Amino acid sequence: MSHADILETTAGPADAALPVIRARGYWRTGLQQLLRDRVAMGAFLVLLLIVLGCVLAPVYASRVSGTNPFVSNLDGTITVGGQEQPVLEPSTEGLGLGVTPIGPTWQFGPYLLGADSQGRDVAARLLYGGCNSLLIAGSATLICLVLAGIVGIVGGFFGGFVDRVIALLLDVLWAFPIYLLAISLSIVLISKAITIGPISISAGSLWLPTVIIGVVYVPYVARPVRGRVLNLRRSEFVLAAVGLGIPSGRILWRDILPNVLSTLVVFAPLMLALNMMTEAALSFLSIGVQSPAASWGTIILDGVTLLYTRPLVAIAPGLAIVVTVLALNILGDGVRDALDPRSKVRIRNKK
Amino acid sequence: MISTIIRRLAHMILVMFGISMIVFLIFFATPGADPAARIAGRNASPETLEQVRASFGLDQPLPVQYGLMMHRLFVTRSLTSFVNRGMAVVPAVMEAAPVTLSLVFGAAILWVAGGIAIGITAAACRNTLIDRLLMILGLIGVSMPVFWLGEVMNLITQSRLHDTWLFAWVPALGYKSLSAQPWEWFKTMVIPWITLAVMYAGLYGRVLRANLVEAGQEDFIRTARAKGLSETRILLRHALRTSLISFVTMFGLDFGALVGGGALLTEVVFGLQGVGKLTYDALQSLDLPMIMATVIYASFFVVVSNAVVDILYAFIDPRVRGTGA
Repeated sequence: MSHADILETTAGPADAALPVIRARGYWRTGLQQLLRDRVAMGAFLVLLLIVLGCVLAPVYASRVSGTNPFVSNLDGTITVGGQEQPVLEPSTEGLGLGVTPIGPTWQFGPYLLGADSQGRDVAARLLYGGCNSLLIAGSATLICLVLAGIVGIVGGFFGGFVDRVIALLLDVLWAFPIYLLAISLSIVLISKAITIGPISISAGSLWLPTVIIGVVYVPYVARPVRGRVLNLRRSEFVLAAVGLGIPSGRILWRDILPNVLSTLVVFAPLMLALNMMTEAALSFLSIGVQSPAASWGTIILDGVTLLYTRPLVAIAPGLAIVVTVLALNILGDGVRDALDPRSKVRIRNKK
Repeated sequence: MISTIIRRLAHMILVMFGISMIVFLIFFATPGADPAARIAGRNASPETLEQVRASFGLDQPLPVQYGLMMHRLFVTRSLTSFVNRGMAVVPAVMEAAPVTLSLVFGAAILWVAGGIAIGITAAACRNTLIDRLLMILGLIGVSMPVFWLGEVMNLITQSRLHDTWLFAWVPALGYKSLSAQPWEWFKTMVIPWITLAVMYAGLYGRVLRANLVEAGQEDFIRTARAKGLSETRILLRHALRTSLISFVTMFGLDFGALVGGGALLTEVVFGLQGVGKLTYDALQSLDLPMIMATVIYASFFVVVSNAVVDILYAFIDPRVRGTGA
């Protein structure tokens, strides 16, 4: 980092005519390493396909499935193999209260993966749900990393009383069972509209689970960040900068932040995976994404009542989660290997 | 030494106090949270609301309410539920605890055994097909939502393959008491144990392999190899012992978190009335005394296991012991 800084300050616009050979930066080296990692790139490709599929959900719903996946279709019919069948078949067993929705047709058209208990197309809901799941996991990760970065840097850099309070708060949140905290917050907040200053969140908004998940995991990231900043604070190049009388703000911006950034980037894919699982769990407990919106977690919940008759409704979104989280974890390993110098040493020794 | 323990204890109490404060604030001071309205029901008249407030002590200042609740929870142990009036919360938690404990203990045995087996096998067959296969299986295990795995397990063992010899022995969902019907208890718990253990076995296996590989580069391993010890002996007696240190740390934290309510999803899926389920039900009806009791119980386990891990750490790692920790 510091070398790049020196080069940058000496190569001002005045001597732009001189050819300056710049060292390959840390990020560029890392990116090249990542691009060479075939497994990680494969995982990235899978993720890209999943995102693309979810973004194209409206196209799928209008062109392929031909039904609105947010409106129940209780007495519709569909022609399969030349025969007309009702989408929802009344149950013949027991009291005859339940319904058996149509199973998967396995044809690229309406009800590719069957219908749920309200006659909605599962495949289309899966894509729309994926959109929400990805959106929530992504935004929550962003919130978490930014907050954790701020908290960790402030605590680690300024030390003293502020750091003591921050450390204790992180300890308390750390010892608080994460699911219980998320569930408590969700249950209290989910059914009400909230207005805090200029921000207002309507009831059942996607922002609620997003913010809750983002905040709950702050200690996971803030603690390592704080440790890293504490280390950096004692390192020679920061001491030198302090000794030179460079203002704290500038030290934070030029010396601390770039070094912490790599920690945050390494955490990003792993937090995405974790957030996705948490969102699914909250939605499964019916306190995450609220109906009629869907997410992979809510579709699993819808599928539980149909588990023994139409298991695919619950299995398909679960598989989607497994594949996405798996790809994120693999990508996360690749990013860590590419950016964390310590693990680089480890790999070199291994060979 | 004694001052360390006292400081540790003070820190524990401070953390638990912080947690109880957070719970209290979440339910009383968040915008729109009105426990009296929840208790009185949807269309309660203002007079009823007033009555409810007075009879539950909700009209008193917050610090007084907090103090009263803590007093009744810890000193007189007479705290009762808001929802089921007269139901004391401490016995309810005590009743649910064995369910959670038997779930987590059984799963812990499985995942520790599984994790060690996976880690050692993968490290011994490093960079072979077996290693890669085990690592990817472990990663799949880590990537599965536990409630989804539980539902799939239910589908297989309760419905699809229930009539075959394979899973005919699996009893219907629900908890059987260990002391009354030990064999039935075992049979009902096997599937939940496996479900809960899968993720942790994968995680621990991966971590253990990484640690073993890292330990393989240490000087003392080179020395052991130079002495002519067999690879098996080096792996099991020399590398494994140092690698297990982080294993113990992880185990302590995960075990504490699970006993303290982290097993909630597994309990919900398999219909086990454990502490997680108790908390979840209480949360849904905003039954604050019950939530307070379960969350404090939960955080107690987390904090205690944190402390035990720290002490164990000093005990098993001579490097830490040497520096006078």
